[in-house]
Amino acid sequence: MTMKEIRFHGRGGQGAVTAAKMVASAGAEEGMYVASFPMYGFERRGMPVVAFTRLDDKPIHEKTQIYTPDCLMIIDPSLLNLKGVFDGFKAGGVLILNSSRPLEKAPSENLEKSGVVDATGIALDEIGRDIPNTCLIGAMAATTGWFSLDAVKNCLSEYLGGEVLEKNIRSATRGYQEAEVQTWGS
Amino acid sequence: MTVQLDKQSKVITGNAAAAYAAMLCRPDVVAAYPITPQSEVVEQLARFHANGVLDCEYVPVEGENSAQNVVCGASMAGGRTFTATSSYGLVYMYDALFNTAGYRAPVVMVNVNREPPGIHAVCSGQQDMISTRDTGWVQLIAESCQEILDTVIQGFRLAEDHDIQLPVMINYDGYYLSYLAESVEIPAIEDVDKYLEVLKSQPQRPRLIPGQSIGCGSHGMGMGYVELRRRHMDAMERVKAKVDDIDASFAESFGRSYGGQVETYRAEDADIVLVTSGSVTGTARTVVDARREAGLKVGLVKLRLFRPFPVQQLSEALKGKKAIGVLDRSIGFGWNCGPIFMETKALASQIGIVPMLSFIDGLANMDITKEHIDTMIDAIYDASQGKDYQETTWLP
Repeated sequence: MTMKEIRFHGRGGQGAVTAAKMVASAGAEEGMYVASFPMYGFERRGMPVVAFTRLDDKPIHEKTQIYTPDCLMIIDPSLLNLKGVFDGFKAGGVLILNSSRPLEKAPSENLEKSGVVDATGIALDEIGRDIPNTCLIGAMAATTGWFSLDAVKNCLSEYLGGEVLEKNIRSATRGYQEAEVQTWGS
Repeated sequence: MTVQLDKQSKVITGNAAAAYAAMLCRPDVVAAYPITPQSEVVEQLARFHANGVLDCEYVPVEGENSAQNVVCGASMAGGRTFTATSSYGLVYMYDALFNTAGYRAPVVMVNVNREPPGIHAVCSGQQDMISTRDTGWVQLIAESCQEILDTVIQGFRLAEDHDIQLPVMINYDGYYLSYLAESVEIPAIEDVDKYLEVLKSQPQRPRLIPGQSIGCGSHGMGMGYVELRRRHMDAMERVKAKVDDIDASFAESFGRSYGGQVETYRAEDADIVLVTSGSVTGTARTVVDARREAGLKVGLVKLRLFRPFPVQQLSEALKGKKAIGVLDRSIGFGWNCGPIFMETKALASQIGIVPMLSFIDGLANMDITKEHIDTMIDAIYDASQGKDYQETTWLP
C-alpha cells in the first residue's frame, strides 16, 4: 500500500483528535507504520478542529500537516460546506461523512467513494451522547478497506474501558454495517 | 491506560513517550506543573504514580519555579529526579535553572518547545530552549516519539555520570511531536535497569546528608567562583564524547542509535547540506531523498546536541561542502539570523569560508512544508554555484 493520508474535520468536543489517533492504532494493529497528530491553538468546545493520520507500509518520516488527503472524515455535517475542507482532496479520494441524509451530489469532483452514516444518531442510541467518532471509524473501515473492523475493535481498548468500551464497540460495528457506501463516476 | 512493564509496542504521543521513559528510569522524586503542550507528560506521570507503577515521591507543586527547586534539592540529597515544562514554565524557573546547573545537580527535564512570552502564542517554536542556552544545562533535541523515549533514558545515564554531573534538558517540538502519535517500542524495565546499572559502579557523587557538613550554593567569591565555573565548563566539554558513547552503548542494549551529537544523512558525498534539528528533520529526510533521486548531491546534518555545541563533530560534517544552510525555529536578535545559524557560522575557521544561509521557519506552529525545504535547498544550491544570495530568509 502506498502512503494514505487522512484528514479529520470536526468540532472541539466531538473526538476528532481521538478519532485520528484511533485510526492510527487500527493501522498499527494491521502492522502498518502510522503517524497522527492534531492541529489547534486554544482548546475550545465547538471550534473547528483538524487532525491528521498517515498510514504506510514504510516508515513515515514527514512531520508536516496534510495538504493532499486521500481521505477526509467529516465528523460534523455542518463542516461539509466550510471553505477549505476539500482543499487538496486527491483525485480518487474517499469521503467519510456523518450525516442523517444521503449525499445527493459529489461535494468535490475528485470524490470517488463515499461512506455516509448517521453517526450522531447511532452514537446517541448506543453511547447516549453525541460522540460520533468511533461509529465513523467503523464506516471508514467498511469504505476504505485499509483496516478491518477487528482492528478497530482491538484498538478501542487502548483508549476506553468497561461499559464505555462496549458501547463504542457497538457504535463502531454499526458504523461498519450501516455505512452507505457509494461510488462516484469520474 | 493499562501499564505493563514488559517490552511492548504501543501507539503513543511524544508526551506519553517522555512519561514512559521517565517512569522506566525509576525516579525517586518527580515534581512538575502542567502547561500546554506539555500537560500530558504530567498527567501520565501522575497516573503512573496513582496506579502504583511509579514508586516515587510525587510533588504536585504550585508552579514551575517550585518544581525546579524541588527536583534540584532532591537531586542534591542524592535522588534521581525528573521534571517537565515548556515555554512560560521554563522561563518561570530561569533562576532555578542556574542553581541546578551551578550545584551540578543531575536533574533530567523535558522541555516541550513552545514560543515564550512576549507575543502570546500557544504554538511550537524553539525560542524557549534557545533562551536558556547559557544556564549551564546540557540541551538535546529529539526528532521522533521513539527518540524522545530513548533520549530521556540516555539523559539519566548522561546527567548522573560521575564525569558529568550536570542537569540535562531534552527538547522536542510542541504540537508536531508532543501530540504526534506513533508506534513506539517501550523497553522492558529490567533492560532499562541494566542500561543504567553502570552508574552504580561509579564513585558516589557528593550529596547532602543531615549532620554532615558540605558546602553548596555558599558564597564563592573571587577564585572560588572562578574555579567552579572552570570545572563546570570542563564537564560540559566532556559531555560531547560522552553523548556519543552513551548513544553507542544504547544501540548495544536496545538496537537503536541516533548518531550521538550529530547525525549525518546522505551528507558524506554531498556538495551542499542543510542543518536541521527536531521534528522537521524527518520532513527534510524525505525531501533530500527526492532531490537525490533527481540527481542533486544534497545532504542533511541533524543537530542533536545543542549545549554543549558539537564544534568538532559538526565541523567534520560540514567540511568541504560548497554551501551550507541552517534552519532555525527561533530568531537571534542582534545578528539578524537564526541562533543555530549564528553558532554554525562561528565554525568558519574550521570549515573554511563558503556561502552560509540562515532560514527562519516554523515559528508559532507555522508548518515547515516540503515546499519550504525545497525552497531552502534551491537557495543553497544557487549560492554554491556562485550566485548572489541573501544571508537570512524568513519563510513562509
